[in-house]
Amino acid sequence: MRMATIAIQLKIEGERIVPGLAEAGERLDSAEGEMILDFSSVRQLDASALRAMERLAAAADDKSIKLVLRGTSIDVYRVLKLVKLAPRFSFAN
Amino acid sequence: MTKTLSTPKEERLTYLEGLVDQARTAAAVFTQCTQEEVDRIVKAMVLAGIGQAQHLARLAIDETRIGVLEDKILKNMVATEFVYNYIRDKVTVGPIREFPERGLVEVAEPIGVIFSLIPITNPTSTVLFKCIMAIKARNAVIFSPHPSAWRCSSEAVRIMYESAVKHGAPEGVFTCLDSHTLEDNAYLMHHKDVALIDATGGPSAVKAAYSSGKPALGVGPGNTPVYLEKTADLNMAVVDIIVSKTFDNGTICASEQTVVIDDEIYDLAMKKFDDMGAHICTEKESELLGRALVDPQTGCMQPIAVGQKATDIARLAGVAVKPNSKLLLARIHGVGREHPLSVEKLCPVLSVYRAKSADEALRVCVDVNHAGGLGHTAVIFSRNDELIRKFSEVINAGRIIVNAPGSIGALGGIYNDMVPTFSFGCGTAGGNSTTDNINVYHYLNIKRLARRTPAHMWFRVPNHIYFDLNAVENLRQFPSRSTVIITNPALERIGHADIVRRYLPPQASVHISVIPDAEPEFKVIMQGVEALNVYQADQIIALGGGSMIDAAKIMKIKYESPEADLEELAAPFLDIRKRVVQYPTEKTNRARLIAIATTSGTGSEVTPFAVLFDKERGRKVTLADYSLTPDVAIVDPQFVMSMPKGLTADTGIDCLTHALEAAVSTYASPYTDCNAVQAIRLVFKYLTVAYEHPHDQEARTMMHNAACIAAMAFSNAGVGVNHALAHAFGARFGVAHGRANALMLPHVIAYNASIPTKFRPSPNQRAYIAHKKYATIAELLGLGGHTIDEKVKSLVASIEQLLNELAMPRCIAALGITKEAFEQALPDLVSTAFDDPSWLTNPRMPLMSELEELFRSAYQGRETAKGTGAGQQAA
Repeated sequence: MRMATIAIQLKIEGERIVPGLAEAGERLDSAEGEMILDFSSVRQLDASALRAMERLAAAADDKSIKLVLRGTSIDVYRVLKLVKLAPRFSFAN
Repeated sequence: MTKTLSTPKEERLTYLEGLVDQARTAAAVFTQCTQEEVDRIVKAMVLAGIGQAQHLARLAIDETRIGVLEDKILKNMVATEFVYNYIRDKVTVGPIREFPERGLVEVAEPIGVIFSLIPITNPTSTVLFKCIMAIKARNAVIFSPHPSAWRCSSEAVRIMYESAVKHGAPEGVFTCLDSHTLEDNAYLMHHKDVALIDATGGPSAVKAAYSSGKPALGVGPGNTPVYLEKTADLNMAVVDIIVSKTFDNGTICASEQTVVIDDEIYDLAMKKFDDMGAHICTEKESELLGRALVDPQTGCMQPIAVGQKATDIARLAGVAVKPNSKLLLARIHGVGREHPLSVEKLCPVLSVYRAKSADEALRVCVDVNHAGGLGHTAVIFSRNDELIRKFSEVINAGRIIVNAPGSIGALGGIYNDMVPTFSFGCGTAGGNSTTDNINVYHYLNIKRLARRTPAHMWFRVPNHIYFDLNAVENLRQFPSRSTVIITNPALERIGHADIVRRYLPPQASVHISVIPDAEPEFKVIMQGVEALNVYQADQIIALGGGSMIDAAKIMKIKYESPEADLEELAAPFLDIRKRVVQYPTEKTNRARLIAIATTSGTGSEVTPFAVLFDKERGRKVTLADYSLTPDVAIVDPQFVMSMPKGLTADTGIDCLTHALEAAVSTYASPYTDCNAVQAIRLVFKYLTVAYEHPHDQEARTMMHNAACIAAMAFSNAGVGVNHALAHAFGARFGVAHGRANALMLPHVIAYNASIPTKFRPSPNQRAYIAHKKYATIAELLGLGGHTIDEKVKSLVASIEQLLNELAMPRCIAALGITKEAFEQALPDLVSTAFDDPSWLTNPRMPLMSELEELFRSAYQGRETAKGTGAGQQAA
């Protein structure tokens, strides 16, 4: 029998992406299999944000936690594709 | 856990991968920048470059010991100010150009990561130029400067980078290799995340770039010939050449290498060079220069002399010159390895050739062009436009500079309106992919957003159509001096030609040309043309059925345009608007063509088609062009009252087939639909009446109108697969066209009403709707049915009933054609039908196997209860 789990959900603010992702990294341990990051207010990614996402993805991989980005704009999605980070996340509306 | 120490090679690869990763991230982030943000960054970079122009020039001179400080400053200014002037208003983000009338939008897409080689000759200006272009196009660049110019180039990169990032460019957008090795270059050239190589440099660098398999802009050496022609403004030419060849001590690869001077002005030109501070070498001095400057093994210039002053080069060669000599002019007597100075010399040494004629001058210029300068640059000074044009034709150069300095002229934007650049594309002859001055558009991928363009349709019919009883009287209103009536013996015998003659204007001299009533062959056509020529006809009246009217159409072509090649005019085409062969518009004679139909089927009196029988090859040749359409059509039922029953039935079904095929054609339009549907209604109402009661004037009139109306529809919408099958079958077994159509019709409707196995590209067709159109026709005829399928079945059943009423054979077997004969003919029938252009507008693209199946169905006949295959779709 499987226990029902409630995924952690975090909103990533467009103005403080790096701190938001850092907080997400800290809460990975308490996530049970999945973490949902609300990206709906993120309009742009810079290099530091991309590095933070790379770090978070690596940490999540280590802990076998699935990262789901919700509300990702197509521009942000395209950047993740270009830097080849997109396959490391799941995307939801 | 112990950490394994990396080898130097691994450390180097880690370093290079870091550069690429940084650039890739920057390029990705950069895609989010708007045009306004990009333009703000570019302007800031340009100002930074202008501010550091002198600083960078000094660094370049100090490090490379090549060129002239003042000129390097100027180059840095051109690379910033002039380039900016060109790109400032260019749109490079999002939609960059729109062509609304063509439904096209060009959309910019950044390239991504560019790996860029920088030459020693222009080590800072080239960096400034490439950085500005890269930012304008939202790309990231990894620079690899020449090892002997690394400090100045990397300083230029730094200045550009700091300015760019300060004003909003992503970090890592420019990086510079910390040292230069061929291994590093090769690694980066082959890196999967490097999208483009921009190699400005020597032949080996360009070759390496192109050999990498990556998209590359490779710009290499030149060997610029300059033709100083006798009509030139000599004072201007001499100064321009000196300006160009001494600019930065001749380091620009577009600078003049050999000046070819017309004999008539040679002495004067040399004096003017001398007056302006050039040293004219003696034969001996020229020889010394050749030995000093050119490596006898490679035939190339010695690197030590690149960008050095004229006086220093003279000293190197052991030639005594005045201390202020700007340029060394050395006479050559030919081009090639035995004439060392005929090669590229990136220094203030200019070869001179004395040409005894323009032909010789052009020949030598071509020789120089081919001796290492293909695709690059050439210069001509002349006032003779014809000669300038000839020069441009025989010289293979991306830039042909007229009456201006070669090097600065080629840079663009100063002496002419070419695009400012520091990279010259040399075309395929130079091993490059472009002859352009490399500019910001080469740093972009340009996407084309192509909207579906509306296919402009048409509706073309004769200018005049007169119909109903006694319409022939309208002939009176067409003035003519000489009218020739083309008709057949039977029609003449029963007095039809006399009726026509009665209504011609009294002043017209009227002649009758009688031809056999059959599909016209070439010999018959030419007999008719002879009659037209003899009588100098200004009016042709075609009186007869389809064959007669077709014959008159072709006679008219050959009469008006005797040179017209009928075989060529019959060449097949996909789209009448894009066809290869154009019908003649130049007319020797002009004649009005009036068509009077004596059958109610083909509608040839309003169509742009004519069929010619090629007796020699035993085949029919179809001509199609709107110029074949008669000028006047007369649809007078008095000429069809005597049609026999069989002919009434055959032509009536031909008319019905025309209308049904036009209705479901991929070229159908509201203009053709109304005609097609009305013709179908008239046929269903009046054909059996006309068949059973040949003297019923109303029925005859309406069937005559129906044939003409259906022809107006298919003249503009085309026909379909039914006609392709009927043409093949009719020709093979000698079956009348209408009858052959009848044999196929129920099968073709069932076939067309089912979802196509294969769709054919057809911009006119927005969706597959043939089944719905058949259903609509059934509704309009009041045939019953609730679903589309039921309505289509009703239509097919009604047609079958009509065919029965007309005593039409209902299967090929009923014609007495044996199964064996049919099977034997089948492969040819299928092949001929597939080659028939009639089906090109059919709603289903027929596969060969489907054509075969249709023929087989027609042979066996149809069970009316079978479904159409359209499915139970709601109407």
